[in-house]
Parts: sequence; structure tokens; C-alpha cells
Amino acid sequence: MTDATTNSTTHAAEGEAQFGDYVALLKPRVMSLVVFTAFVGLLVAPVSVDPMIGFTAILFIALGAGASGALNMWYDADIDRVMKRTAGRPVPAGKVTAGEALSLGLWLSAISVAMLALATNWMAASLLAFTIFFYAVIYTMWLKRATPQNIVIGGAAGAFPPMIGWVAATGSISLEAVLMFGLIFMWTPPHFWALALFMKSDYHKADVPMLTVTHGRRETRNQILIYTILLVPVALGLAFTPIAGPAYPAAALILNAIFLKGAWDIWRRDEAMAEADGYAVEKKVFRFSLLYLFLHFGALLVDAALRAMGGF
Amino acid sequence: MAITQTHELHKRRFGRNLGVALCLVGFMAIVFGLTIAKIRQGASMEAFDHQPRVSVTPPIEASE
Repeated sequence: MTDATTNSTTHAAEGEAQFGDYVALLKPRVMSLVVFTAFVGLLVAPVSVDPMIGFTAILFIALGAGASGALNMWYDADIDRVMKRTAGRPVPAGKVTAGEALSLGLWLSAISVAMLALATNWMAASLLAFTIFFYAVIYTMWLKRATPQNIVIGGAAGAFPPMIGWVAATGSISLEAVLMFGLIFMWTPPHFWALALFMKSDYHKADVPMLTVTHGRRETRNQILIYTILLVPVALGLAFTPIAGPAYPAAALILNAIFLKGAWDIWRRDEAMAEADGYAVEKKVFRFSLLYLFLHFGALLVDAALRAMGGF
Repeated sequence: MAITQTHELHKRRFGRNLGVALCLVGFMAIVFGLTIAKIRQGASMEAFDHQPRVSVTPPIEASE
């Protein structure tokens, strides 16, 4: 008797995904940013943390972020299929079913929150639970398809990790944690809108209300400049807190000056100029925005190291 | 000729099962390591066993 099948599928059958496909559901690149910012939040806190507890805290904060990524991929499978940038994700590519993504997201959320509570404290675990809820429900299921301010408000989800890291160490929220949250929160709109300027057709095809489509590209350029101007005092505000030393103010001044110049250049251009050079300025500002965030938190780490060595 | 023939599906399943096994072992190691870290920090490890004990009895407040 032969095991003949007439079903010549181009994708895996249900339950036959590889381990790597499940890992891809967690959005590893986003997780790496979460790991870094949560790590900095934990390390700059004025309380020393046992290395094993610190490692566990960062791991489960990252896994919690991964869980919300899996829930996002479950819910957004329909629009991911349409967008070029996301069509290769495990669910639209048929490697993993939407149900599996939902199941993984829910279980990983529960385990992450429980383990963070056991390793550190209930305050940090509650913040993580709220972050997962905020990203999966408030952003993914509601704001993303409802308003062009989606990434402004939804950006809060990406801003929580350093605060969670801080609370995991200290057990309470403080001004420093709020400013670290504020830095990422105010950075998110210019970062994403610069991307939207040169990824124009993708979001429009998926019917996602991006500012470039709902209010036009001129208005998007205006908003990028406005949010960048508003970002500067928040970024520089951290320089006046005890967690900043000599490195942070210097880095913040330089990085914010460059970012402001980039936002100004974007504002000065129009669509004809942008299309003529293939959105070179917008792409450069978007790439710099990644470095901007990394270097701000890196400077905080440098100051923490200097403090530990008795530098100041 | 081999008695059993492996299919690409078996390799995928093996890979997936190996990944799950490593995650479980990693989880066990984390729980173990966390327990050691908590004991080292001096966390109370007394469980509730329905017997009265001084350490789990609430303090008596002074009466007027």
C-alpha cells in the first residue's frame, strides 16, 4: 500500500513547522532592542542585582516582548500577507498556522509574567503584563487599523522595557525610569514616519492608516520635525538625573543635533526632490534613528561603568 | 537498502523536538539557578505546613 497524496502543497502542513519558524514568530530583531534597553534599565538602577536574577529578568522581559510579537503576527496575518515587507513572516508564508501563533503568544505571555514575578517582584511582572496587553490589544487590535496616530500611542509598548528593567531592580518607578520611557516614546514617531515616507505603497495596500496616506506626505514631514523637536528636551532631561555622568550629556547633545538636522532636511524637501534621489535623506535619517537610540542607551551604560569604577 | 527511510518531514520534526527539549532543559536550569540565587540572598524558604511556628506567627500587638 502506498502513502500517496494528491495534495502537492507549496507550504508545510499544519504542525510541521521547523523550530526556527516558531522563533521567527517572536520577532527576534525587535527582541534584541528590548533586551538591550531592559538590560540598561536594570544596570543603571542604583540597586545591585544578583547576576542570575538579572539574567532571568532580562530573558523573561525579552520573551514577554516576543510573546506580544507572536500575538501581533496572529492578528495581523491578513495585512502581513499583503505587505511586501511582511509577506515572508511565518503565518502568511504558511509555515505556521494562526492558531499556533496565538497559542504560543498566550502561553509565552503567561510564563514570562509568572517567571518575572518569581525572579524579581510583582510590580515588574505587572508592568510586563500591561506591556503585552498594550501591544497586542490596544495597538494591534485597535489603534493600528483605526488611527494614523497608531504608532504614536502604540510606541509606548516599545518604551516600557527599560522601565521594567529598572523596576525589576528597584521595585518602584522613578523619574529616571519615566525619562527612559519618554526617550523611546518620543523617538518612535519620527523613526516610523521616516520609514513610512519611503515604504509608501506597502501600508497603503494593506489599508493601514499611516499618516502618509491619511494626512499626506507634507503633513508627515511636518510631524517628523515637530516630534523631533519635542524629543530633544526629553533626551537631554536624562542628563540632569543621577544615572547620567560625563558620557551621556555629550552623546545626547551630539546625537540630538544630528537628528534635528536630519528632521529639518526632511522637512525642507518635497516629494519631487525625494523621488529624484530615491528618498536618500529619509533613508539616512531612518538608519541614523536606530543608531540614535542605541547610542543614548550605550552612553548610559558607559556612565554606569564609570560610576562602578569610581570615576565620578 | 535501509529498513527505515527518513523523509524530510522527519528531519523537520527532529529539529523541532530537539529545540523544545533544549528549551525545557534551559528552563530547568534557570529555575535551579534562580533557586540557588534566592537562597544565597537569604530569602525565606519556609513553607506552610499547618503547624504553628514562631517565624510565621504574626506579632502580638501591645494592648492598652
